[in-house]
Amino acid sequence: MPIKFEHVSHIYSDGTPFRYVALQDTNLEFREGAFTALIGQTGSGKSTLVQHINALLLPSEGTVYVMDREIKAGSEPKGLKSLRKDVGLVFQFPEYQLFEETVLKDVAFGPKNFGISQAEAEEKAKAALRLCGLSQEYDERSPLELSGGQKRRVAIAGILAMDPKVLVLDEPTAGLDPQGALSMMKLFRDLNQKHGKTIIMVTHDMEQVFSFCDEVVVMEDGRPKIQTTVQEFFRDSSLCEEMNILPPALIRLKDALKKNGFEIDEDVKDIRTLAKLTAKQVKHHG
Amino acid sequence: MKAVEVKDLTFSYDQETNAVEGVTFSVEKGTYTTIIGHNGSGKSTVAKLITGLLEKKSGSIVIDGLELNEDNLRELRNRIGIVFQNPDNQFIGSTVRDDIAFGLENHCVEQSEMDGIIEEFAAKVRMSDYLNHEPTRLSGGQKQRVAIAGVLAMHPDIIVFDEATSMLDPQGKEEIKKLINELHHDRGLTILSITHDIEEVTAGDYVIAMNRGKVAVCGTPEELFRDTDRLKSIGLQLPFALQFEEELAKQGVKISRNITMEGLVEELCRLNSNM
Repeated sequence: MPIKFEHVSHIYSDGTPFRYVALQDTNLEFREGAFTALIGQTGSGKSTLVQHINALLLPSEGTVYVMDREIKAGSEPKGLKSLRKDVGLVFQFPEYQLFEETVLKDVAFGPKNFGISQAEAEEKAKAALRLCGLSQEYDERSPLELSGGQKRRVAIAGILAMDPKVLVLDEPTAGLDPQGALSMMKLFRDLNQKHGKTIIMVTHDMEQVFSFCDEVVVMEDGRPKIQTTVQEFFRDSSLCEEMNILPPALIRLKDALKKNGFEIDEDVKDIRTLAKLTAKQVKHHG
Repeated sequence: MKAVEVKDLTFSYDQETNAVEGVTFSVEKGTYTTIIGHNGSGKSTVAKLITGLLEKKSGSIVIDGLELNEDNLRELRNRIGIVFQNPDNQFIGSTVRDDIAFGLENHCVEQSEMDGIIEEFAAKVRMSDYLNHEPTRLSGGQKQRVAIAGVLAMHPDIIVFDEATSMLDPQGKEEIKKLINELHHDRGLTILSITHDIEEVTAGDYVIAMNRGKVAVCGTPEELFRDTDRLKSIGLQLPFALQFEEELAKQGVKISRNITMEGLVEELCRLNSNM
């Protein structure tokens, strides 16, 4: 069952002078099992959109379908608890929300709230921590004494411990160094491919979209403007340029080479393929 | 003339392990120097030491020929400004005007001169139209511009940017990068920029790479990227152009070590046009 938006609008502070339409008549479907990137400028409605998926925000108009649930404007949402167990939302800078004395307690807090025993909650917490690459030696440490990247892993483990089917990530690598960001992205890829989580990720980083995601949704002025596959989106630089975003380095190089007489017709997904094609032509001329 | 000279600088947060150890480097006046290294390598600690926000354990820090000590700390802080990573953590005023005024008030600038100075520096960072705006109504990039205006109003010779663009969206990043370049080129300020952006490193004059609290490499970007294995061993990535050069070498095509995309494309085109 996919996640589906039907004619969804969201209006902040309606009926006041601060009325602001953040989402306008949005129709959109997120494919189950896919790793979807949600991109667009600040203020385009990305964060408002994702907060509807676990009903943190309710639609002002329209209906949101999340798996077998229906969240309809104007009617009281039902089954919120199970919805929030199924959809894990990781906010920006989630490490700011760590609060327990030990890493293990912090991660076990969520599952415990869903009514299971302490022992069971700790089992789930441990499994989630290992999944996030934090070994047993971290369990009894204070989350406050960890590095930024480790704290973020703890925060993400806290969501995973509830065993969500869908993971919604709002700029999950912001502020991490390139190495930390890369290993975080590999973790998400594993969660998607090996553990079958549907992932929806808000990001500004086109290199990440290009290397890790399957599908792209571009938001503009509160509406989805483009929805397509990553392959299609990065066929050349044109869509990126139209939206004033810097394409991935590989696509920029490919386009620059094509412009200068290289014949590169096929889709290029990795640096090795482009190097092969380039080498062949250079050798031919040399 | 050296803007910053650091010798054998050591610092510890917990009296046990040194976060910064035996760090020595110098920065020529008017240059653009980047400092790179993975998280925890000591970059930000160095920035806080040379701006007098942390007190060294040992070693020396010389700013504009004057050794930083308790007596001249206040004076030297006017010569070296710092802009931090998180735009929300450094906005103090309730409006843009108040925020820029804060530093001036601390320096006992006359009320009658204040407005003129605020307007001058707001204009320099293109924030004149926002003087009465509250921080909640500003984007991250705009808040960082206000922080820069506050620093500029102190008339520093040197500005340290501690990952000042890393929390901004692409548009905000571009705004700030452009502004930093203007400050460097048009006003001749010495720039020390702590960054993870390898493309920014290639555009700078000099680069200091840090690892485990020590300086691993100090030189021009070309010098840094010459030693690929060293770079990888301290956990840093190569610029895309060099990654491509490595891949081409595996395919039996040797080209020179371009660190920019433009250089790479130019050379490949030359090779492809039958010479």
